[in-house]
Amino acid sequence: MADKKDITPETKEVQAQKSVDEAARPAMKKIDSKIPEGPLAEKWTNYKSHQKLVNPANKRRLDIIVVGTGLAGGSAAATLGELGFNVLNFCIQDSPRRAHSIAAQGGINAAKNYQNDGDSVYRLFYDTIKGGDYRAREANVYRLAEVSNSIIDQCVAQGVPFAREYGGLLDNRSFGGAQVSRTFYAKGQTGQQLLLGAYSALSRQVKKGTVKLFPRHEMLDLVIIDGRARGIIARNLVTGKIERYAAHAVVIATGGYGNTFFLSTNAMGSNGSAAFQCYKKGAYFANPAFAQIHPTCIPVHGEFQSKLTLMSESLRNDGRIWVPKKKEDAEAIRAGKLRPTDIKEEDRDYYLERRYPAFGNLVPRDVASRAAKERCDAGYGVGSTGLAVYLDFSSAIERLGEDVVRARYGNLFQMYEKIVDENPYKTPMMIYPAIHYTMGGIWVDYELSTSIPGLFAIGEANFSDHGANRLGASALMQGLADGYFVLPYTIQNYLSDQITVPRFSTDLPEFVQAEKDVNARIAKLMAIKGNRSVDSIHKELGLIMWEFVGMGRTKEGLETALEKIKAVKKEFWSNVRIPGEADTLNVELEKALRLADFIEIGYLMALDALNRNESCGGHFREEFQTPDGEALRQDDKYMYVSCWEYQGEDKAPVMYKEPLDYEYIKVQQRNYKQ
Amino acid sequence: MEKTINITLRIWRQRGPKEKGAFKEYALSNISVDSSFLEMLDILNEQLINKGEEPVVFDHDCREGICGMCSLYINGHPHGPDEDITTCQLHMRKFNDGDVITVEPWRSAGFPVIRDLMVDRGAFDKIIQAGGYISVNTGGVPDANAIPIPKANADEAMDAASCIGCGACVAACKNGSAMLFVSAKVSQFALLPQGRVEAARRAKAMLAKMDELGFGNCTNTGACEAECPKNVSISNIARLNREFIKAKLKD
Repeated sequence: MADKKDITPETKEVQAQKSVDEAARPAMKKIDSKIPEGPLAEKWTNYKSHQKLVNPANKRRLDIIVVGTGLAGGSAAATLGELGFNVLNFCIQDSPRRAHSIAAQGGINAAKNYQNDGDSVYRLFYDTIKGGDYRAREANVYRLAEVSNSIIDQCVAQGVPFAREYGGLLDNRSFGGAQVSRTFYAKGQTGQQLLLGAYSALSRQVKKGTVKLFPRHEMLDLVIIDGRARGIIARNLVTGKIERYAAHAVVIATGGYGNTFFLSTNAMGSNGSAAFQCYKKGAYFANPAFAQIHPTCIPVHGEFQSKLTLMSESLRNDGRIWVPKKKEDAEAIRAGKLRPTDIKEEDRDYYLERRYPAFGNLVPRDVASRAAKERCDAGYGVGSTGLAVYLDFSSAIERLGEDVVRARYGNLFQMYEKIVDENPYKTPMMIYPAIHYTMGGIWVDYELSTSIPGLFAIGEANFSDHGANRLGASALMQGLADGYFVLPYTIQNYLSDQITVPRFSTDLPEFVQAEKDVNARIAKLMAIKGNRSVDSIHKELGLIMWEFVGMGRTKEGLETALEKIKAVKKEFWSNVRIPGEADTLNVELEKALRLADFIEIGYLMALDALNRNESCGGHFREEFQTPDGEALRQDDKYMYVSCWEYQGEDKAPVMYKEPLDYEYIKVQQRNYKQ
Repeated sequence: MEKTINITLRIWRQRGPKEKGAFKEYALSNISVDSSFLEMLDILNEQLINKGEEPVVFDHDCREGICGMCSLYINGHPHGPDEDITTCQLHMRKFNDGDVITVEPWRSAGFPVIRDLMVDRGAFDKIIQAGGYISVNTGGVPDANAIPIPKANADEAMDAASCIGCGACVAACKNGSAMLFVSAKVSQFALLPQGRVEAARRAKAMLAKMDELGFGNCTNTGACEAECPKNVSISNIARLNREFIKAKLKD
């Protein structure tokens, strides 16, 4: 039985350190992942049957803060409101409808088996564990697969206009990592439609008065009273005022930290600060090194690029990826003296087909990304910056005709043309990998509770279900599973013994102190009055992250990154310039507060990557690869979740291990060669 | 070789909702035509910060045309001169060397200016809260394939649901009407069997809220449809009117 998976300290020294820290912070008890008893398929049912609930009259007396309004936060706030709790819902955008979940294109997975192609809850569970390279918890992932079907039912009932067949029933498409068609979609705007569904449900609760919205508010600290999460400090982004909010429980749904890299497919405002504040208050940060790099994005065009746009992975079905064989050709292209169509067939290096004859252009995301980087680093990159490769449709057009290609990919070609101003029917597309998603995040147990009682984390903000690599169309599934169907149950198990706890006053000393700390932090930033903009320093951090903590990592590179990030931190805290005042709208101050945390997160990512002496999923340590360049896991040493605990400013964090046991799945080496 | 242009920006600067605003001119040189409009504003802001001045405030987030956060009234057009895109997808190659580009916030009674080019679109949230939903709780719903829906209706509902809530329709309308926005949501649900149950109530409630919040009436100029970055069709307004009349007849 895999019950009660204790997090065990790594060494005796660590243990000694831990006991010292525990003495200093009594809230930091040794914790477990709380996997329920029973066979895998019955765990969630058993849990729900035996968990404690809160009766309707008591729900009204309990306040819950939800930070974030994306698929996870929006669906959780709406559902908790429907149940009768008093919900306070915060977001940094001007409306909850704009959370970055809205940008997801492809679709959402569910084990409906509407196509009669052999899908099942077990198969979705299995594909997800395997796709994550055996670094996710069995019980959590099984539950995710189990509730996936309810999500589709719920969204249809809300009026989400999923694609349909002529018979009126729902259509499905295929996605990577699966042999079945289980992906539901709404044109290329699935994330938008699912988010608007959650936003509608949320809006209904706002009208009913169960949810109060706080748009343009950013959480800057977590307030802890007697070891429990009891509120937040937030900055009103319009007035600049620092505000205090109290509740019986706090839910973090603020997404991932991909913008540590400056350039990513994340929205400009996406940030890791709320999660990082929780870490600083004692919540474990799990697997920070696990980040997903997507191979097909529109490349960087110059120094002032602000973000990267994803082009759907489906393009690799018919596109062939290449760079010039000769360095002088690549140089001439970069200088604008040659065009890709000038390069003869025999002078093109279709490097994926050359290196991976079995899978060719359809190798997995991480392999395709690393191979593109390798060619560009070696001097064969194209585009004005040299950081791009070609995705060429000329043979597909020759084989199928332009009309067929247009029918399959027309909307993507149009989007590409708007951004790059080149016609991809005539000239090959240019693409390059970009940071897209972070599998790591705040550590949570089976109940989605962090290591701080009363603090929960859902969606991309937690670390839970994707292991070392997330499959396409599974982010939307996890966000809505957490928000609609998991947290609204599990949070009651915590709140049931809180019913006699009266509402908190925000005049309590803990709130006063937290606000003081936030104000001191802001005052310190404003007082620097240096010479560099926030963005210029963020770009510097991003380049370090991309070079040393990106697609290919080495021990030496990661050690260099740690040193360089320390230097960036010093530069930031001594030379950043924030114009204007703190007590009013100040976008540069918002960015500076986020960057201060990105620097720390970047450091933690490098530290975790350095610790993990293996390659798995999106984490590729160049020292650990098979002769064919595939990720080589070290299951005997690293089959665990690394859980980092903050020890104080400028002190090394301590790492604990949550071992992963696979009872129902046979652990294997992933193979893409046959 | 990278092509660059020199431009002059006339940007509306306004400290706060109650304060008087004015245009201010900024000259920018060597702007890559491959940069997006918002990246060009990033360059301007970087220069302003380096000079110790306060940067221009504008809303933006996803920068791939889907979140609806960016706005800007550029040379007399919401989201600028290019078609079927938001400001974040507008690129500088649509402008010429020596151009003077006028940049204003959305101007409408329903969207008060917060600062510079940033406006308060909270009214759109209030309109949705008035009835822009189907009243179902989480759980206890039928199987997703229990009710077949004709593909044509589902596709049309999807087209209406493409609205990103940016407010360009209001900014484009001489009456400051939010009819295209309201009608898109009313249509999406009216076209689906799940949404028919509350169709009449929804149309009345959302229109009443729109009027209450100070948006103008629709006089069928079609400016909203022409400027909509997502091609939301004006035929949705006709459907909203039908739903509204049906609801009134039942009263």
